[in-house]
Amino acid sequence: MDLENQKRVKDLTEKYGAENVVVLIGGAEAESAGLAAETVTAGDPTFAGPLAGVPLGLKVYHAVEPEFKESVDADVYDDQIGMMEMVLDVDAIVEEVSKMRSEYGKY
Amino acid sequence: MSIFNENSKVIVIGDRDGIPGPAMEECIKTTPAEVVFSATECFV
Repeated sequence: MDLENQKRVKDLTEKYGAENVVVLIGGAEAESAGLAAETVTAGDPTFAGPLAGVPLGLKVYHAVEPEFKESVDADVYDDQIGMMEMVLDVDAIVEEVSKMRSEYGKY
Repeated sequence: MSIFNENSKVIVIGDRDGIPGPAMEECIKTTPAEVVFSATECFV
């Protein structure tokens, strides 16, 4: 996750409270999605950005995860995300992101 | 059970090569949650 977005996540979490924040990611690769999920839960694994050593433990989901899909309107989901859902390696993404959530998520 | 409620503040980090931010925003509009920040990253 780029450094500017890390700062945004940190500032918005302070503003709204970590229990209310949900981070939604759309990374194309399981690895990049996993890194983004790790950044907003355990802290920046590259130790380069504002979230280095800051374990926010936020709720984080990828757009292809069933928890997100089931929370939004099915027709809108199909229109907006259905195509990419067919192209992306959904199983690998779900595995990476849900692993970070269960391991480091606090909410 | 929905991951969103009326108190949810959503930070959208889209990916130009994956799911872009605006596509996820459209979906969140169908829930009680509020989008407080949306970006689309580009890794190229």
